[in-house]
Amino acid sequence: MRYGPAMQLPDGLVAVVKRECPTCVLVEPVLRELGAAVWCQDDADWFEHDDLELELSYRLGIETVPTLLRVEAGEETARVVGWSREQWEELTGRTGLGADLPEHRPGCGSLSVDPFRIDALEARYGGSGLGSRRVELAELEDEHEAMFDRGWTDGLPVVPPTPERVLRMLRGTTRDPQEIIAIVPPDLVECTVEKVAVNAVMAGCLPEHLPVVLAALEAACTEEFALHGLLATTYFSGPMIVVNGPIARRIGMNSGVNALGQGNRANATIGRALQLVVRNVGGGRPGEIDRATLGNPGKLTFCFAEREEGSPFAPLAADRGVPGDAVTLFAGSGVQPVVDQLSRTPESLARTFAACLRVNGHPKLPMAFDAVLVVSPEHGRVLREAGWDRARLVAELGALLTLPSDELLRGVGGMAEGISERLAGTELPKFRPGGLLVVHAGGDAGLFSAIVGGWVSGETGSAPVTREVRT
Amino acid sequence: MRTVLDPTGEQRTAERELLPRPESLRGRTVGLLDISKPRGNVVLDRLEELLTADGAVVRRYRKPTFTRTAPVDLRHEIAEQCEVVIEALAD
Repeated sequence: MRYGPAMQLPDGLVAVVKRECPTCVLVEPVLRELGAAVWCQDDADWFEHDDLELELSYRLGIETVPTLLRVEAGEETARVVGWSREQWEELTGRTGLGADLPEHRPGCGSLSVDPFRIDALEARYGGSGLGSRRVELAELEDEHEAMFDRGWTDGLPVVPPTPERVLRMLRGTTRDPQEIIAIVPPDLVECTVEKVAVNAVMAGCLPEHLPVVLAALEAACTEEFALHGLLATTYFSGPMIVVNGPIARRIGMNSGVNALGQGNRANATIGRALQLVVRNVGGGRPGEIDRATLGNPGKLTFCFAEREEGSPFAPLAADRGVPGDAVTLFAGSGVQPVVDQLSRTPESLARTFAACLRVNGHPKLPMAFDAVLVVSPEHGRVLREAGWDRARLVAELGALLTLPSDELLRGVGGMAEGISERLAGTELPKFRPGGLLVVHAGGDAGLFSAIVGGWVSGETGSAPVTREVRT
Repeated sequence: MRTVLDPTGEQRTAERELLPRPESLRGRTVGLLDISKPRGNVVLDRLEELLTADGAVVRRYRKPTFTRTAPVDLRHEIAEQCEVVIEALAD
């Protein structure tokens, strides 16, 4: 007989065993002599009842087999685990039990606490508290194709978000699964921790990545980040995540070789999870609300850690007022290389940076788009040895990127693009105050840095946002 | 049976009937919303001329920035004051 939720335990003695357990085999004659109602976890034919589904074991909280219970009026009134003649005699009120057995034998682990089964049992019987609609896939449906068919993916396969996987993901945070952490545009949907976990599973995240995804989503959904417009724009950009603090190393993020590239699970899946939340929860899909003319490959995922060790700069987030574990969100538009293999002074290197930054968006458009300058270790060394910190570099670049407006007017240089005649005869900064961010990342070798262009900046567009990562 | 959890916002979109189209704009109040894209005013100025010539009463509105949705107050203002609205998305 199978145990179901409506079933009441029979009064008298009840035991849970598994045949694989030598102690259970040892006590078999005792259980039969006692006339106990016995449920076996791994062999339907050994005793009268089986618990192959482990529902009874889960619901009774069985951790060890054998477990012997005394049940009165349907309620458990006593329990012993393993074999102990003294304890079994006390529970049953009988004497002389198992006269030929040793005094004591420890039991074995119950299958219902097997680490490989516990998530599934919790999902099935645990009253998991998961609020998401359950979607049953038909037997003949390929589960990966089913995810595509329902429009839930970014074009790459996703991990099917089964209840047990989502429960496992939620162990990555102490936050209540039903806590609403953001209102996600464009549909302005209240997003729970659970919904983030569902999408994080699909993205391929590990539970320890979840706190970073949650922080990134909180930052992305602030008023100043302007995610709705960022999504809807015809421009290239999408949210880029820079991670600071000890958590980056702890969860295995890459800040070194190929930091902006492929091959690191944490980098790849955290950025992807954020985009899947925007797509699935917020309803922001390309060709619908997302009107990007070209987009950029970083809209699949764009997440990396700052290389804090050996950096000429304080951690980016700390400089922005959030020390420790934090994310900084930026409306990133793809990567532009900066090559300078000859500069050995910060003055020369800064001029290279400035020349390359000037073309951000268009060389004749000032204050239009923010940028992140990603300084590599070999370039960073030049700055560090000269004692240039972030503030110094940004100030020097500010001076180098103060542009005579006459060079920027419409038509100048044979290019119609540019600024209005009304702004002639003055000087204009390429970047608005706070519109140029500098981070340190990359492998040990290579006199290359990178520029990640931004989007319409500041109060009329998106401003970078830094948020603490909470567990 | 394999079960997965719905990753979407599980929204049910409310379907609303379109209001009946007015047969004529004569005497109607028409709102023109400039979303603050460059040169949006060019197309809206011309529209205002044409609509006024047709006897419509034109009111002009402007979003603070094209990158964000219209503020709630602005949306209410337009809904209160206009019978018809034209939104210009222009560069």
